[in-house]
Amino acid sequence: MVASKIDVTPAAADMLRSLAAKHGPLMFHQSGGCCDGSSPMCYPVGMFRTGASDVHLGDLDVAGIDPVAVYMSASQYELWKFTHITIDLVDGRGSGFSVEAPEGKRFLIRSRMLTDAEVAELGIEPRFALGAQPLRR
Amino acid sequence: MTMYADAPAEKAEETPPAAGPQVYAAPGAEGSVVSYKPRYDHFIGGRYVPPAEGQYFDDITPVTGKPFTEMARGTAKDVDAAVEAGWKAFPSWSRTSPAERALMLTRIADRMEANLEAIAVAETWENGKPVRETLAADIPLAIDHFRYFAGALRAQEGGVSEIDHDTIAYHFHEPLGVVGQIIPWNFPILMATWKLAPALAAGNCVVLKPAEQTPASIHLLLDLIKDLIPAGVLNIVNGFGFEAGAPLASHPRIRKIAFTGETTTGRLIMQYASENLIPVTLELGGKSPNIFFEDVAREHDAFYEKAQEGFSFFALNQGEVCTCPSRALVAKSIYDGFVGDGVERVKRIKQGNPLDVSTMIGAQASNDQLEKILSYMDIGTQGGAKLLTGGERADLGGDLTGGYYVQPTIFEGTNDMRIFQEEIFGPVLALTSFDGFDDAISIANDTLYGLGAGVWSRDGSQLYRAGRAIEAGRVWCNTYHQYPAHAAFGGYKQSGIGRENHKMMLDHYQQTKNLLVSYAEGPMGFF
Repeated sequence: MVASKIDVTPAAADMLRSLAAKHGPLMFHQSGGCCDGSSPMCYPVGMFRTGASDVHLGDLDVAGIDPVAVYMSASQYELWKFTHITIDLVDGRGSGFSVEAPEGKRFLIRSRMLTDAEVAELGIEPRFALGAQPLRR
Repeated sequence: MTMYADAPAEKAEETPPAAGPQVYAAPGAEGSVVSYKPRYDHFIGGRYVPPAEGQYFDDITPVTGKPFTEMARGTAKDVDAAVEAGWKAFPSWSRTSPAERALMLTRIADRMEANLEAIAVAETWENGKPVRETLAADIPLAIDHFRYFAGALRAQEGGVSEIDHDTIAYHFHEPLGVVGQIIPWNFPILMATWKLAPALAAGNCVVLKPAEQTPASIHLLLDLIKDLIPAGVLNIVNGFGFEAGAPLASHPRIRKIAFTGETTTGRLIMQYASENLIPVTLELGGKSPNIFFEDVAREHDAFYEKAQEGFSFFALNQGEVCTCPSRALVAKSIYDGFVGDGVERVKRIKQGNPLDVSTMIGAQASNDQLEKILSYMDIGTQGGAKLLTGGERADLGGDLTGGYYVQPTIFEGTNDMRIFQEEIFGPVLALTSFDGFDDAISIANDTLYGLGAGVWSRDGSQLYRAGRAIEAGRVWCNTYHQYPAHAAFGGYKQSGIGRENHKMMLDHYQQTKNLLVSYAEGPMGFF
């Protein structure tokens, strides 16, 4: 299997199929900041403008619908580049303008650290040795 | 409680509010001081209007996880009607005298004060926060905020500039028109007040969308004050962000949009505003550092206790505060002792029924919030942080088992970890040490955000230098979590645009009209 930074759970994939039937092709942008931040926001393609300040993490392959692109701001990606994320679905009540909220559900990110093999395959620059001074911007 | 006045915090812990029971009955239950209606429609043009699409959604109390009322589910048609109602009211409202608008704001404040206990209990039931906070902070602050903007408006002056002896520039403040406001769920009434008071004072009409997690308490308040507000001046459309928030933010007939929330929606709001060429104010949160310098632990006195409370403040309002001091930076030389005492103090935080006046930490506002916090505890552990206390969901038993409770949690780690860089919006502290002043400031500023910060020291000069060096809009020095009106509040960096809580917010809701007048008798001489 080819290494990837993103995945989707079956429950989230079902929700994406159901949302795509109503709203057409979809995309994600990971949010930061307060309230409903630190969560993935799902929009119909074209609603949210991505730009030079964003990183395209990849496309989710969900059977039956168009690939779902996943973006994150480049500044936030700096901290996430060794993280594999899986988009999951939980019961919830809205947040921002994300398209699933009226369904009583909320997309959520599950994270794990990428393995060294995945990091090598994805060509991500190596991490600092343990105990090294962390990067200060 | 320290959020309102600078009273010693210990007093709040010893003395419950003078009036009222020890544990409030749930709204609507026998003996309760307040009841929610079974359903709330939109409030448009001075009356309640059912949703155009006829749909409603359940409003859930996080105290038990059960629904307690239902709300109109707004759509673009409802937003259109509300904006229309606002414009209908605007010509007369915009011409009212400052005295008249100020009087309305003070009357709203008086009405709230007379009903403080009922509003506070209702707010706790919908949001999950402890009633001691709503009684002592949220609602008193909201009351004072209306009074502040009544006063600020009366004291506001335009300008007269003498260009030359015969040419004068007059500067008048004029309202913008109909403005949109999208309110967060962490302080539903207080955050609505932060936006409403200046907008109404300035003579605007408002279309407000409460958060879908906490739409009802604003309507409960509205019920108490609606006779004081001319029809159409304040319109409230409930609903979800995608269905009601986006149509409001992108509406071609609003003249300004104000939002408190997170960065992706903040960008979307700016995107819409760019399409309509209207101004925005945004408050988008942070990852606020709380710095404890070495001299804090020089003596174990009242000041040390105060600093220990400051260390524990990450748990206030369940951590659901945009300025939550969610990163503690403790000087290496005092680290073990100070942190040891701090962890013990955090373990003594009383978690329980939010309606019990002795409860210090209540429920997270929603299930998805709870799930997100738990997912970050997982990220903390996986990222190599060391758990010092907490780390799990709390089951409080009985009716509260279905509620959304999280143990106050402390992780020790380094500032490059995700839990140090991302806002969790829960009672989760990311703790690290620093070695000297420069290291403290470097760690404090190593964040995408810049909303709040705390600095603790017995040395006034050090407080000042640290306060000026931190890139954040609000730096609390030897205090934290005070939100008085007349102290500007807003963010640097990715934390937003604009300053609330201060008379300068009037400017964000006003146009400047310049009349340039010549009193010269003769022609200019060009033609």
